[in-house]
Parts: sequence; C-alpha cells; structure tokens
Amino acid sequence: MAKLRTLLAGAFAATLLAAPLAVPLAAPAFAQDEATMPNESWSFENPFGTFDLAAAQRGLQIYGQVCSNCHSLKFLHYRDLAGIGLTPEQIKAFAAQFTVPLGLDDQGNPKEGPALPASEFRSPYPNATAAAAVFNGAVPPDLSVMVNAREGGPNYVYGILTGFVNAPAGFKLQPGQYYNTMYPGHRIAMPPPLQDGTVQYTDGTKATLHQEAHDVVTFLAWAANPEMVERKQMGVRIVLFLIFMTGLTYAVKRKVWANVEH
Amino acid sequence: MAGLHQSEFDNPVIRWIDTRLPVFTMMQKEYGVFPTPKNFNYFWNFGALAMVVLIIMIVTGIFLAMNYQPNADLAFASVQHIMRDVNYGWLLRYTHQNGASMFFIVTYIHIFRGLYYGSYKSPRELLWMLGVVILIIMMATAFMGYVLPWGQMSYWGATVITNLFSAFPVVGSKIVTLLWGGFSVDNPTLNRFFALHYLLPFVLVGVIFLHVAALHITGSNNPLGIDVKSPQDTLPFHPYYTIKDSVGIGVFLTIFAIFIFFAPNYLGDPNNFIQANPMQTPADIVPEWYFLPFYAILRSVPDKLLGVCLMFGSLIIMFFLPWLDTSKVRSCRFRPLYRPTLFVWVLACLVLGACGAHKPEGIWVTLSRIGTLYYFAQFLVIMPILGKLERPLPLPESISHPVVGPRGGGPLPTGAAAKPMEKA
Repeated sequence: MAKLRTLLAGAFAATLLAAPLAVPLAAPAFAQDEATMPNESWSFENPFGTFDLAAAQRGLQIYGQVCSNCHSLKFLHYRDLAGIGLTPEQIKAFAAQFTVPLGLDDQGNPKEGPALPASEFRSPYPNATAAAAVFNGAVPPDLSVMVNAREGGPNYVYGILTGFVNAPAGFKLQPGQYYNTMYPGHRIAMPPPLQDGTVQYTDGTKATLHQEAHDVVTFLAWAANPEMVERKQMGVRIVLFLIFMTGLTYAVKRKVWANVEH
Repeated sequence: MAGLHQSEFDNPVIRWIDTRLPVFTMMQKEYGVFPTPKNFNYFWNFGALAMVVLIIMIVTGIFLAMNYQPNADLAFASVQHIMRDVNYGWLLRYTHQNGASMFFIVTYIHIFRGLYYGSYKSPRELLWMLGVVILIIMMATAFMGYVLPWGQMSYWGATVITNLFSAFPVVGSKIVTLLWGGFSVDNPTLNRFFALHYLLPFVLVGVIFLHVAALHITGSNNPLGIDVKSPQDTLPFHPYYTIKDSVGIGVFLTIFAIFIFFAPNYLGDPNNFIQANPMQTPADIVPEWYFLPFYAILRSVPDKLLGVCLMFGSLIIMFFLPWLDTSKVRSCRFRPLYRPTLFVWVLACLVLGACGAHKPEGIWVTLSRIGTLYYFAQFLVIMPILGKLERPLPLPESISHPVVGPRGGGPLPTGAAAKPMEKA
C-alpha cells in the first residue's frame, strides 16, 4: 500500500510536470485558419538527426542566388560555413564574391572591399528603412533565425515557399501582394521566389520546387541552429552519464538505508 | 563574553579555523548530524532541487552577463552572438533559459508538498511566509530575465505586465513611468531590468538563507505531519538525506539535460526569435508557461483593476494560509474531506494554465472564471470551514510507531519495534 501511495504521488508529480508541457501543444495556431502545416521529413528533426550537408550546401546556393537579393542573414559570418562542410579555401572564395564595408582607411574614410571569412554576411540593404522604401513598406525579414521564429519551424517555411497559388475567385489582392496558402491572411508581399528550375544545381541534382524548398530550409535550419549537431552529440553523452550516475546513486542510497526501518 | 569555540575537529587547519569561526561546527550541526524525520518521501527532495537550480542559474547567468549587451539596439544581436560565437555560449544560454522553467516546476512541486502535508501550519508559519516571499522574488526575477533577449514576446510581455500597475488609482501611471524609465518600454527599461535581474537572485539567496534558518529552528515537517517525539523518529541528515537528495538531483538533472540538449526551445515562444518591434504587436501576447495560471486570473474579469487585484491577491493570500486553515491536522493523509479538495485546487491551477494560453474567448472565459473562483474558494471558504467540520483519521502515535490507518493498508509484521536505536 505504501508502494501504491508512492506510485500515485509519482504519477501526480508527473502530471504536474507534464501539464505545462502540454500547454504549448494545445495552443492552436490562430492565424493559420485553413492552411494545413506540411509534414516534411527533415534530416535534422529527430533527437539524433544531423544536417544533410549536401542539401544545406545546395540551400546555400539558393540563398546566394535567390534569397540574398532581398533577405539578410546578418547574424552569420562567412567563416560559419565550415559548419555545412565548406573548406577554408571554399569559404574564402565564397566570401570574396561580396563587397562589404571594411571599416575606415588611414584617412578616416569608409572603406569597402571583398568580404573575408571573418566578415558578417552581406546584407542587401543598409537598413530596414532602405528595404522598406524599396518594397512598399514591407521589410524582407532577416533569415538568421527564421526557422525558429515561426510556429511549425521548418515545415512552416517550406509551406510558405511552396504555398504560392492563384488567388481564389473574389479574393482581393493589392498590387505587390501575392496569394500564399501558408501565410496568415494569405496576403504576402514576397513574390514567389522558387519555381522548378530556378537554380542550376552545381552538384547535378534536379532542381524541382520541392527540392529547392527542401534544400533552402535545411540551410536555414542550420543557419538558425548551427550548434545543433554538437549539442545533440554532447547531449547523448551527458544524458547517458547522468542516467548511469543516478543508478549508481540509487544503489548507494539503497545500501545506506538498508538497515533503517522506514 | 567572547571566547574561542571549543572545536571537536582533529585536523589542525580545520580546528584552527573552527575555534575562531565555527563554520565547520555549524555545517556539521546543520547538515551533518541534523536530526531529520526518517519518513520523508521523495517530495522532500524538491527544496534541495530548487537550491541546485538556483546555483546553476546564478553561475550560468554570471557568464551570460559577461557577453550580453543590455542595450535596446544590441541586446538581441548579443544573444545571437552568445549562441554562435561565444565558446559553449549556446550551452550557457539554453541552460539558463530552460533553467527558469525547471526552477518553477521544482518550486511549484515544492509548494504543493507544503500544501499537501500542511507544512505551513504552526510552528512553521514564518518558514512558509518566507517561502512565499521567495516565490514572489523569483517571479519578478524571471519576468525581468525574459525581457533581456529583447524579442517580440520580451517587449510585449513587458509592456502588458508593466501596464498592469497603471490600474491602480492615483499612483498607477507614476509607477509605470518609474518602471519604464520613460513613457514606453525602451532602452532605460531594459537597462534597469538587467540591473535588477542581476541583483534579485542575490536577494533570493538571502531570503533562502532565512528560509533554511527558520527550517532548522522548527525542524522539518514529514509525510505524517506529526511532531518528532523521540530520537527514534529521526535520522542524521548525512548520509541518509544527502544520498536521498542526490538520487533526486540525478533524476532531475537528467530531465533538465533532455530539455537543454534535445528540446531547448520547446518551452519557449517562436515570437521571441523576432527582434522587439514597438510598431508591430504579435497576434497573441502570452507569458511563459509558469505565469499562465496567474495570467488567466488576471484576464478572468472584465475590470482591469479587479483583475490586477485578483492576480496579486492569488499570491498574497498564500501569506495567510497558516491562519485560514483551521484544522490542527497537518498531513492530508489524515484529512479525508480536505484531501480531494486540494486535488481539485491543483486541477483548477492546471485549467487556469490552459486558459492563460488561449485568447479569452468563448469557453476559456467561463473556465478561467470557474478556475479563479475555485482558486480563492479553496483558501477562503473550504480551508476555514472544512477544518472545523472534518473528522480527521486517527493520527499515528509517532513516526516510528505508525498506526495502520484504513488507507495505510495491510499488516506491517516487521513493525517499528525491530528497528535499531538511532543516535541523533
């Protein structure tokens, strides 16, 4: 009976613990009325998942050729690309394509030059106001943490990229607005960025819309969580260690308490 | 008269220190041989767990502060800098971020333990009240900490919560201006919140010291809720409870680690990955999960001032529990009528939590009103009345001679008599 009581107490504690965890799950996504969240399979999603580096590198190509015309990736440095498997030479060559501010020269004048591995990713517009002026007031958001910044994460971003269709009859769109099934309210200011064959993959992969969206989302998921692989690997070791230590501690506890009537 | 302390330690260095400043004697008395009821269950782990989380929070927090910029223009980027460029910065930050949630889970269970086993009753009233002070300081600290990353939810959460004070007549708007350091949540707000977020944990340490000091005067309560009658009822704290607490710490750290390494943003809000933008309100402003029940109480009534009073009242009322509860029996094990009402109260808190996560529309308004009503009724109506009406089950004679109650179940053949004498 005492055991049963302990069990009940344990179950109760577990409920207490679990209930708050259930809350975010229970919270509905208000804005996404009829859109259904895609359920893509991602290389990085399960507890041991890593980034598909080939996909991430193709995603970098798409970011470079398509997204970067409007969207910044301002929290990344070119050196970070080592994380998706680029060699130092490749990083140097990739960075050198971009002209970025390089501080001041000897005369105190602002200096520009080819980016170095240590440079931040070049932003297409000097500031939000400049971007807003170009895009009719809609600022293309920075993509550094985009995958973390939306309910649904990678599936949401994938849904946006593949969600462009013709507006249903009678649906009013202002000039500069496009219809997107995923976007809350369906009026999005971003023109459809990807179609079949938007890029010519250097590794010969067939560039379907699905493939392109999948690759660029993989790249952006890495960009948002560059520590993920190291984190999970460390996590496995630490959790195993903690389970072992807890077991050991419990054995010692049993031993210490063996002679106590309680 | 001052005089050197008669130390019982043999080691000459320890003895030298101990005769001049008897910290070793104190530790030995309070954590070594300290007589502790021998019948604790694992609910008695949670005070130690809360202490462990506090230490983790302070240590990670100090290192985060070395790399964080409390400036409205730089804060968001500096958090990304920590996540990407600082060595193991992501580990520090995810530990700190999830540590806040862990702190509340542990503390809420710790409070439930106190409620269930009547730990707030005489002579532990002051101990309990210090605990309530700790909870309130903790909440203030967590709230200000959540503002620091300067994401959308940081900014708008801060706006909503600080605006609550404007509900108070006459002084309300003055208080809000003072909190903001201006006329909206802005850089001065962030600066002062950072300063206070760094300060309050150390205030917390001070109050926790008093909490523990008070505990060591009254001694611990126990699952039977009866007083310690003889040395047979107790065990020395070390090694019995140091090892039992260690088991709990191991389990706790495992759960904590699973969050940090495999689901670090599970308890967070995606909106906080968007930099604060005063021109754009998020579709739905929700606080962190641990504030949701209080948020639901706040929104359960249409009147702002009343909502604010109810919300603060839901915490303040905790101070009065020792006097609202008229029953002399501490432990719910012997309170057949009160026991289920306490479970309903926990359910009410969980329902309120769910209400807080949803927009106050339709069924959620009704539920949050019922929840709020029950939350207060539990303390203001049920507690005082049931204590008078209820016929508690017979209490055991002592911890080492537990009476087999109707629920206690089964014969206990080996009984307490066979137990060896404990010197404590």
